[in-house]
Parts: sequence; structure tokens; C-alpha cells
Amino acid sequence: MAKLEVNLHKLKLSNPVLTASGTFGYGEEFDDFIDVNSLGGIIVKATTSRHREGNPYPRMAETPMGMLNAVGLQNKGVDYFVEHIYPKLLKYNNCVIANVSDSTVEGYVEVAEKLNSLEHISAIELNISCPNVKEGGMAFGTSCPSATAVTRAVREVYDKTLIVKLSPNVTSIAEIALAVEAAGADAVSLINTLLGMAIDAERRKPVLSTITGGLSGPAIKPVALRMVWQVAKAVKIPVIGIGGISSAADAIEFMLAGASAIQVGTANFVDPAVTVKIIAGIKDYMQRHKIDDVNDLIGGLVL
Amino acid sequence: MKKQILDLRVLSNSRLNHNHNLLELGCADPLPAMVPGQFAEVLVEGSVSTYLRRPFSIHRYDKAANTMHLLIKSVGEGTKKIASLKPGSTLNLMLPLGNGFTITNNQEVLLVGGGCGIAPLYFLAEQLFRKGNRVSLLIGGRSAVDIMLASEYRRLGNVYITTEDGTMGEKGMVTQHPVINQADFPFSMVYCCGPDGMMKAVAHLAEGKKVDCEVSLENTMACGIGACLCCVVETHQGNQCVCTEGPVFNSKKLKGWTREIETACSLDN
Repeated sequence: MAKLEVNLHKLKLSNPVLTASGTFGYGEEFDDFIDVNSLGGIIVKATTSRHREGNPYPRMAETPMGMLNAVGLQNKGVDYFVEHIYPKLLKYNNCVIANVSDSTVEGYVEVAEKLNSLEHISAIELNISCPNVKEGGMAFGTSCPSATAVTRAVREVYDKTLIVKLSPNVTSIAEIALAVEAAGADAVSLINTLLGMAIDAERRKPVLSTITGGLSGPAIKPVALRMVWQVAKAVKIPVIGIGGISSAADAIEFMLAGASAIQVGTANFVDPAVTVKIIAGIKDYMQRHKIDDVNDLIGGLVL
Repeated sequence: MKKQILDLRVLSNSRLNHNHNLLELGCADPLPAMVPGQFAEVLVEGSVSTYLRRPFSIHRYDKAANTMHLLIKSVGEGTKKIASLKPGSTLNLMLPLGNGFTITNNQEVLLVGGGCGIAPLYFLAEQLFRKGNRVSLLIGGRSAVDIMLASEYRRLGNVYITTEDGTMGEKGMVTQHPVINQADFPFSMVYCCGPDGMMKAVAHLAEGKKVDCEVSLENTMACGIGACLCCVVETHQGNQCVCTEGPVFNSKKLKGWTREIETACSLDN
């Protein structure tokens, strides 16, 4: 029997497949299609300190093998999350991870503090990489001092596993990873979306209301894979690979590059059952390659 | 209604005009129950420039025959691939998605469709007809070539046509047709699907007649199940997903779609 369990700091995942924040709602959107509990865990939609309406429509532009989004962290705020959404998450007995974002360090701290007391939320993922908000978000994740400051401040109030989600829109992602590791992060996840743009030439207009947006989907996979490889070599904490993963082969590539777990994002929009297919595909790969423990794949790239 | 992902077989593919096809789909197992106004997200196979599914209204659903139809407008590579499918090939659909129109009983109702906006109106007209409503359909297009399936719709009610160039029916826009401008407005409900500008104009006309108007929106979407939050429309209750809260909305719910509520809101402020 193949061993699929992996560890992320104190978290024990039944398998390495997680869902990327903002692509999986709060899990219930997918209950019709899959047994959400069969996943290693779910990372739910970002929560901010206050209610956010998000950006105006249009928020999406399809691009070759991917999409740009400019949702802008639409959510009802942390108090609503605690009161109304958290109770609905109790039905999931796998690892439930909250994604935290805001426009100020104080805001991040407020959300993290409120989530710290929720027993069923086993970790938070600090989103310092959202490209779709005017203030905060990616601004924190694109310089070492600001990434350090927000990570350190949240570390002080958050006792459980702290994952920091990194932006690819930087010169050296490994430097940012090292900075958040030094500031107390227990794991890093990468990559968030790449800043991009789409233009409607017929109308001479940008497609998105925000002009620029975040690129995701298979189009970004080679960039993500390269960054995961660079970061995994640089840091000692676990790395979670994200970026265009839509098959078991993609997931395994990220693990070979050094990821201890992976997140499936945009592919959930195309096939809401893709995550369970990826888990089955990983088992199949392990059988074909006579691998008993999925941990043997982590960083297993042969050079 | 549980959402499903199904492989359906293409039973027939009829070309309606230069850029519209009607696909008839079937399945060995029973199709899930569907209501007028709901839609399906269709997977495109073998398209290198697209990744996401494409949403289409359920054009027809025949429970007894276990078949359904989609009206496909060819716009880009994805829709062209779907429109070129041969009978016998397989199409992967996620359905049924979203909420349907309100089905009235024994009323006089008006359905207004612009271009491919007629897509959800056949299934709707059929259900309304079955529930004893007197159905009138007003179909608009740029030119005669854009008016599709009028003879099919005639079996379900009175059909009125407008074209912008006057090549079929009355010349002008749907909002200029006499049937929607009667002083003694006979309809108790208006249903509309088409371009946003047309739907807004029709909603305003209905509002002027003090009649509810349900519109079916077609915002760009990725997932179709309320996960991506890309297809939002501004409502008086904040941004709502067209895929899960719609695609059918009472126009009164939508911000900027009615005169009365806008005025009331500005007075409140």
C-alpha cells in the first residue's frame, strides 16, 4: 500500500494534494462533485479584516492556456467568517487552512489573531502576493523588509502552522523565501499569480476593469516549477508548489522540484473533480515506479 | 439539484446561419432534471488557445426523449470547436447550473430575445405554454439572417420580429415594436435575454408598465459554480455571482437597471 501522507511543519496531510485559495470557494461549492475530505486539505478563499466588495466587473479574461483574474479579495471579513463560514467548515475532517490578506500589517494581525482560536483551522496561509488590490497584498510580498515585517508580526500572534504565500513578481523569489523563513514562517507556498494584462484591440480597451490582473493556469507552470526548484534549494522549511497544476504528472513534477505538497488552482474551474483524479494519478505513478512512500519524490529530481 | 459532469453524445448538429449551430445531445442514462434559464458549462477538447469551459443556456430539454439542445454561437476557437462537432462525437458538460425563470400560470406573458439571446427562451416558452400562459415572443436581430428558429417558436405562441435594417419584420429595435409599446399593456410578466443594452431598455419599458422583468445575464465566467467570483453583477445586496445567484435576475435586483429604485436610493442619501 503506497504511503501518501506528507508533513508540513506540524500538519499531517493524508496526501499532498491541496486546493489553492480563491479557486475552491469554501469547499461546499465542490461537494456535488467530490468527497472534499479525500483531499490532503483545502485552503479556503482569502479573509480580510473588513468586508470587501472586490473589483468591478469584468474581472476575468481568458488567455492562451490560462486566465487573468482581478477579483480583488471579495469576502465578507473575518468576523463574518468566524460566525457564519467557520461552522460550515466543521464537516471537513481533513486539513482546513485559512488564507489571510489585508492592506495593513495591523489588519493581517487582527485576522490571524481571530483565526488563532479556531480549533478546526489548522494553519493559515499569509497572502502577501495578491496583485489585485490597490494597497497591501502583493506590496508586502515584493520586498524583503515588508515581507519580514508582516510575517514577524503575524508570527507573534499565531501559534499554529504559518504558511506564507509568495509572489512571483519579484527579481529573486528565493531571497523573499529566506526572509520569511527567518521571520518565523513554518512553510512557504508558491507561486501566486503573475501580473499580466489583456487588451481588446477591436475596442482599444483593457479587458479587465483594473487594467492588469493575475495570470494563472497551465500557461504559468514552467515559471512556477522553476521558482519552486529555486526556493526549495534555498530554504529549510517545507515548500508547497502552486502554478498551473492540472494533472498528476504536473503534481509529481513539482514534488521532484522540491515541493512537499501541491495546490491545485485554476484547474478546479475546468474540472471540479480534478483533485481526486490527481491523487489517483499519483498512486498510479508510484506503483509504476515502485515507490512506496510519496516523500521519496520530494526533491527527487535527478541532475 | 445536484450538479453533474456528464459525457453526452452529439445526436445532431444543424447549422442555423453563418455563425450559429444547434446541437442535439443525448445520453444512455437519464439526463438530470433541468428548468428553463439554467445553463451548462461545456468542455472544449483540442483547442490550444482556450482552457476554460464555455457556458451555454439550456435551449431545450425533452425529458421523455432524454435529449437536450444547445444553441452555439461561434465566436472564438473554443466555440468553433464545439460548433464543428459531428454526430456521434462526445461532449463533456457540467450541469444543471444556476437558477431558472419564474414560471407563471395562466397569464399573458412576453418573451424578448435579441440575437442568440433567444437560446434560453424556447425551453421557457414551452414550459410557460404548458402552464396555460398565453405566450408572445418578440425576437430582434440586426438583419433577417440573425432571426433564427422563428417557425419553431410560432408553435408556442405569437411571434413578432424586428430587424435593425428592416429585412424582416418591423424595422428598428425590439423596444420600438408596437407589441411592447401598447398603451393597454396586456402582459403581466416580461422575460428577456440578449445584449445588456437591450435587456436594460426592455427592463425600463417593463418598469414603466409596472410589470416585473426577468433578465438572463451572460457575464464572462470561469467556474460556473460560485468558486471563482469572476462573473459578478452589482445588485442592491452587493456583488453577486451570475452563475449561482443568476443567471436569471429580476431586473429590480440589479443596480442601475431600474429608474425607480435608483431615485429612491439617491433620495435616501
